Amino acid sequence: MHKPWSLVAIPLAVAAVFIVSCSRSGKEDNSAARGSDPAANAEIKIGQTMPYSGPASAYGTIGKLQTAFFKKINREGGINGRKVNFMSIDDAYSPPKAVEQVRKLVEEDGVLLVFQPLGTPSNTAIHKYLNGKKIPQLFTASGASVWNDPANFPWTMGFNANYQMEARVYAKHILQTRPSAKIAVLYQNDDYGKDYLKGLKDGLGDNAKLIVAEATYEVSDPTVDSQIATLKGSGADTFVNVTTPKFAAQAIRRAFDIGWKPGHYVNNVSASVGSVLTPAGLEKAEGLMTVAYYKDPTDPQWSEDAGMKEWREFMAKEYPEGNLSDGTNMYAYLAARTLVQVLEQCGREVTSENVMKQAANLKDFAPAQLLPGIKMNTSPNDYLLFEQMRLARFNGKTWVAFGDVLTAAK
Amino acid sequence: MMPVASLHAVNASRDRLLRPPLALALALLFACALPFTISNYQVFQATLVIIQAIALLGLNLLTGYNGQVSLGHGAFSAIGAYTAAILMDRLGVPYWLTVPAAGTVCFGAGFLFGLPALRLEGTHLALATFALGVSMPQILKYKRVEHWTGGVQGITLQKPDAPWGLPLAPDQWLYFFCLAVMLLLFACAWNFLRSHSGRAIVAIREQPIAASSVGIDVPMYKTLTFGVSAMYTGIAGALGAVAVQFVSPDSFSVFLSISLLVGIVVGGLSSISGAIYGAIFIQFVPKLAGDISKAAPGAIYGMVLIASVYLLPTGIAGGFKTLAQHLLVRVLRSSRQHRRNHA
Amino acid sequence: MEALLHQILSGLATGGIYASLALALVMIYQTTHLVNFAQGELATCSAYVAWSLIDAGVPYWMAFVLTIAISFAVGVVVERVAIRPVAHGSVLTVVIVFIGLMLLLNSLCGWIFSYTIKTVPSPFPAQPLFGNTYVTTHEVGVIGVTSVVVLVLYAFFRYTRTGLALRGVAANAESSRLVGIPVERMLGLGWGMAAAVGAVAGMMVAPLVFLDPNMMSGVLLYAFAAALLGGIDSPGGAVLGGFLVGVLENVLGAYVIGTELKLTIALLLIVGVLVIRPSGLFGKVVVARV
Repeated sequence: MHKPWSLVAIPLAVAAVFIVSCSRSGKEDNSAARGSDPAANAEIKIGQTMPYSGPASAYGTIGKLQTAFFKKINREGGINGRKVNFMSIDDAYSPPKAVEQVRKLVEEDGVLLVFQPLGTPSNTAIHKYLNGKKIPQLFTASGASVWNDPANFPWTMGFNANYQMEARVYAKHILQTRPSAKIAVLYQNDDYGKDYLKGLKDGLGDNAKLIVAEATYEVSDPTVDSQIATLKGSGADTFVNVTTPKFAAQAIRRAFDIGWKPGHYVNNVSASVGSVLTPAGLEKAEGLMTVAYYKDPTDPQWSEDAGMKEWREFMAKEYPEGNLSDGTNMYAYLAARTLVQVLEQCGREVTSENVMKQAANLKDFAPAQLLPGIKMNTSPNDYLLFEQMRLARFNGKTWVAFGDVLTAAK
Repeated sequence: MMPVASLHAVNASRDRLLRPPLALALALLFACALPFTISNYQVFQATLVIIQAIALLGLNLLTGYNGQVSLGHGAFSAIGAYTAAILMDRLGVPYWLTVPAAGTVCFGAGFLFGLPALRLEGTHLALATFALGVSMPQILKYKRVEHWTGGVQGITLQKPDAPWGLPLAPDQWLYFFCLAVMLLLFACAWNFLRSHSGRAIVAIREQPIAASSVGIDVPMYKTLTFGVSAMYTGIAGALGAVAVQFVSPDSFSVFLSISLLVGIVVGGLSSISGAIYGAIFIQFVPKLAGDISKAAPGAIYGMVLIASVYLLPTGIAGGFKTLAQHLLVRVLRSSRQHRRNHA
Repeated sequence: MEALLHQILSGLATGGIYASLALALVMIYQTTHLVNFAQGELATCSAYVAWSLIDAGVPYWMAFVLTIAISFAVGVVVERVAIRPVAHGSVLTVVIVFIGLMLLLNSLCGWIFSYTIKTVPSPFPAQPLFGNTYVTTHEVGVIGVTSVVVLVLYAFFRYTRTGLALRGVAANAESSRLVGIPVERMLGLGWGMAAAVGAVAGMMVAPLVFLDPNMMSGVLLYAFAAALLGGIDSPGGAVLGGFLVGVLENVLGAYVIGTELKLTIALLLIVGVLVIRPSGLFGKVVVARV
């Protein structure tokens, strides 16, 4: 007897949800109108996917800071007189979601470029699509080496100092200072960890056999204590620590507590004085080495620095909920400044082609948040922003740069 | 896991509602017209809903109808997706052939997993399946299988074009392809549930001991259901790999399994149409939550989840049913009134 | 040999973490026969409460007691507001509420306290016991505190009328009501106690692994496995299960299969044990009736 209602209910419900969720735009694909808009004052549409929810939500602060950043830019009159419409949406660190969201940004919203999508998996998922559509995938928030491939993927450019390159710097330093080292490596069991490991092995070359122990951890592991015990047990005297902040702090503290004092290199990802070394215990971190390219906001040596003051003022005014001891907020600020530089270089011609052309034409760009001597340089054949790094040693209070500005050989 | 059962004990009558030709024709007409009225991106979203619906129906067969809880069905989705991706990318198999292949592989995997699962009930089965869901990404990353799975980098695929010179965009073609697969699988499920076997698996959920005492081969049906359920979810995984053109271990985190479970409960346990409602829910609600708040999208989604099971304890499908009955009573009452007035 | 000893001791220390959360899971199971997936997140929230109090200048032990009291109250409220309205529906509905709570609490913690790690102080001295380099005093302290909690819980369930009433409610709510047990109040009490036990776990774990919103999400699976391995109806079993899982995982990872697949293999073994002994190593065998 209750047939008629259910008959209608099912298709109706489906229809209703589709209409609600799809009604925002019509059938046409907006991408045709992109960029070439003759109206010189039209807004610049920039898209972004970020893990606001899910396992990597710690990085969501990048998108939040940059949203605040472009709000400020707009209030101050925009870029070359144009307002920026910055659309940053959640992909939950899931590659299928990233594909879906990026398609929305490109096909529905008609963005000029996709800025700093986060994570290697999500970026890999949209790599081919964006290059097919000729939309810039600009300054990916991932240090994988694949983003520097202008011959095959001219529309993709990374931002981070490349993981493999950083690892090669450590390899070089190890070979110079302790050629008979016994190396132990702790790395995260994913693309990020494996990229570092590859770089380290490449850098060691024929000496790769110096690596006497490797251990991995999963982000879901509560501690890395067991791994540290294993690495110590291997008799290694050099420790390359490729871990994210929480695990880096655990590893530094644990190595000290069990009386293991190797030559200890910690990756740049976890070199923050405030959010890694302080929790681990500053006295336990003494003697640590890392490479750096931007200033650590929690390092006391920059407390009176002009670049740092500019950043701190921005944080206080525009993004007060942001954490001042989180180095990610410095990273996000730098990336946003670099994008503004590219768009300013574009002048009146804000098209996808010109954006890539200008991004590949950065010459000695050095915002005051970079370490002295470090500059960004790109060319049409080389998309790597940071080719220079400095080794630094922790003296118990602050990072002290030593040696020259290094240019990593590719 | 039993109390659900009584509410849905008379599901056979409910599923019959789907049968009338008029309803099916209407729904089908709507589904076929849809991709010509919306943009390619929206067609892609609709395709994802279809794919999710297939996965949810698979889980619902196991959890809703048979009463075996799975917190790790994302693992079967992963197996299906990787089967498809490896066949297409490494061996050059055409995409449409990967669907039956993924189904077969997952049926086998599900059947094998179902064997030890026979000894596990309730929380133990939940742990075992949860463990499966958590372990799958690690297994896919393992260096011995890296050669096949592409390790942490995953595998990128090509999107298929419409065959036979059909004037359809790739997105539209894929939509129809998935729709056809879904209709076939839904029809099979509907037939299966109405058959002797279908009644047997519901009986096992209700009263396992009584079921075995009337001659139902409980272990056989339970493992069989596990296999069929994994097959559905695996086929969905394969279709998902083709649609998204990418597979990687991170695509199949334990969040996927949890989201599938959310889908069947919110959509409606032991209900075929519930799979569609659930798919729409898990496809769109997390995104809406993200649009509302970037600071804490999980908080919004969590609240919506709690509110929805609070308001619709029998899921969206159950809610519709109650609503329909309510309206029907009103109509009958008013028509009786009407007749009385005339008399 | 020294390395093996090291792995075992460090496994016991991690096992202490699993055990402390497993106890909270057992606590809920004892009253409701449900496994609360939001238990880890609740414990993380308690740790944040403790951190805020200590950060505001409250002395450690006062903060400790306050946190337990606050957590107890929160547990009672969660039961009343989120669980009771759906308690009569299907078990899966309740599971969905747990999942909803888990997402909600995790996201709120991240929003309020940010995702950078925080240090929660330890009540135990920083110097290692007898100058050893294997375990820190805090790790020994965690094992000690967990053992005390187990004894208290055991005594509570075994020797007090309230404890008996709680077990009665879990075994059969209807019959308990008929013999005059205030079932609703018992359920609230069970949730409150579970949250309090979880709070102890949170405060003990945080100094070891550092406090962040995801502190317990990884631990939950291990705690779940530990509780089932030991027998989910026995607090003592759950704790032994926790230590067993911790040691098993370390030894397997260090000597047998390497770190890449240690979780997978450890889980495989646990599920294997459960297939052979469904009631866990120390649990009671239950015979089903038609």
